[in-house]
Amino acid sequence: MSTLPLKINDLTVAYHEQPVLWDVDLSIPAGVLAAIVGPNGAGKSTLIKATLGLVPAAAGSVEIFGQPYAQQRKLVGYVPQRSSVDWDFPTSALDVVMMGTYGQLGWVRRPGRAQRELALHCLEQVSMADFAQRQISQLSGGQQQRVFLARALAQNAQLYLMDEPFVGVDATTERAIIDLLHNLRAQGKTVVCVHHDLESAPEYFDWVVLLNVRTIEAGPMAAVWTPENLARTYGGRFHTLQRSPAAEVVG
Amino acid sequence: MKLLLELFTDYTLRNVALGAALLGIVSGVLGCFAVLRRQGLLGDALSHAALPGICVAFVLTGSKAPLVLLAGAGLAGWVGTLLINRIVRDTRISEDSALGIVLSTFFGLGIVLLTWISKHNNANQAGLDRYLFGQAATLVASNVVTMAVLGGVALLVVLLLYKEFKLLTFDPAFAASLGFNTNRLSIGLTTLIVVAVVIGLQTVGVVLMAAMLIGPAVAARQWTNRLSMMIALAGLIGALAGVSGALISVSDHHLPTGPMIILSLTVLVLVSLFFAPARGLAWAWLRQRRQRRAMRAGRWQSKLKQGGQS
Repeated sequence: MSTLPLKINDLTVAYHEQPVLWDVDLSIPAGVLAAIVGPNGAGKSTLIKATLGLVPAAAGSVEIFGQPYAQQRKLVGYVPQRSSVDWDFPTSALDVVMMGTYGQLGWVRRPGRAQRELALHCLEQVSMADFAQRQISQLSGGQQQRVFLARALAQNAQLYLMDEPFVGVDATTERAIIDLLHNLRAQGKTVVCVHHDLESAPEYFDWVVLLNVRTIEAGPMAAVWTPENLARTYGGRFHTLQRSPAAEVVG
Repeated sequence: MKLLLELFTDYTLRNVALGAALLGIVSGVLGCFAVLRRQGLLGDALSHAALPGICVAFVLTGSKAPLVLLAGAGLAGWVGTLLINRIVRDTRISEDSALGIVLSTFFGLGIVLLTWISKHNNANQAGLDRYLFGQAATLVASNVVTMAVLGGVALLVVLLLYKEFKLLTFDPAFAASLGFNTNRLSIGLTTLIVVAVVIGLQTVGVVLMAAMLIGPAVAARQWTNRLSMMIALAGLIGALAGVSGALISVSDHHLPTGPMIILSLTVLVLVSLFFAPARGLAWAWLRQRRQRRAMRAGRWQSKLKQGGQS
């Protein structure tokens, strides 16, 4: 059991006494591409942030490969939501990717040539090598997302937690992210993504966590992705969504 | 020309110029982080919070020695910082409101204390109100040495923790996920800003100190897309504004130093805002005009074409 990349036990998180996550239990096996799917306000992003210790848990515990996160940081890569930072910050794409190495470097030590080369290599993996010196505000949304992914690659982790990497990206970037995910899986790494789009979820991922404050269901995509389970997750609204012509827009 | 010569020979002028340059460098460098973290108001709150500290230090010790008063100022500024942090963390009050609350409460208290001191302590009070708008002419060599030591330590810390401060400023959540204690880093950075404020109090005063943190950073951001370059430029711009403003104020009719420094800084900021190569407003305006003209021409052309076809 201790080899599970991510195991969450009875996790409860509350903001101002309002529960955002309630008694969440979760086990993600190694080598899967897992999607966390659920309606707005289901606590999807919070689940990732609580896993990383960014929001305090009211109860419960998180284990990364059998140990608390604080002891396993170097095994975890994190891709925050793209909109969580100010992209007018005075820095280049390469510089942002190098930030992925700061954890390994620790306090005070500066990145050097080795970190620079690693960062360049990571940019290549998301087809962004040509933009290494570009100021980050001059990148498109999709390119910015790829820079964030490259930064996570530079963390050289075993488990990747990504917060909505597919939101608002162009087709090229979408393709690049899918290739990257498949690459990571082929290397035996584990990926957990918050994902919004119900249409593409079964296509991109092979494991799914249906979340709505509680875990509704979790397991292999083929077994869990049923209309009944989705209806339970989305509180019955799912059927109407599915039938209405606006479904694609909403999704 | 004569003024420049006197810079090196005249005791007062030399102290004033050195002090103002030091202040400009330190506040320029630290201001970059404050501005990029969208905490421009923080400097304002901290400097206003320093006033009651100065008064209390005077009441307790009866001393007007700058070192004593500035220690009080720094302490009060730091208490203000912790208060702001607590308010944001423990209540639903937003950060800008918390800054406003601390700023006005501390400054109000400071003014009350200042008035009280002047009523009860006439003879001695004369020196305190100069901390409102600053008076560079009162700088003596020992003050400048104090400023240099404080500023040197602050700059050294920035140099050592440059990587950490950069990450904290750009993406605090990612920094925390890597295991950096962002809460402590943030308090550390704010403490350095308190140091910058303390350095500036004698020269610029509590009321206008915030501009010394914000102005150089805003101006420097216009000229570069690299953080390290922005920080260096902000230090330079701060020093330039500090020295020119302080010299004008000392050499002519005893104009108040703080306002003169801020006015020189404003000139530098305006030039940067309008004429910096890539981000300058003047160029943006020109580009827009050219574009509009091209569009209008294009519309005419397509209209002509349509006319020809039909």
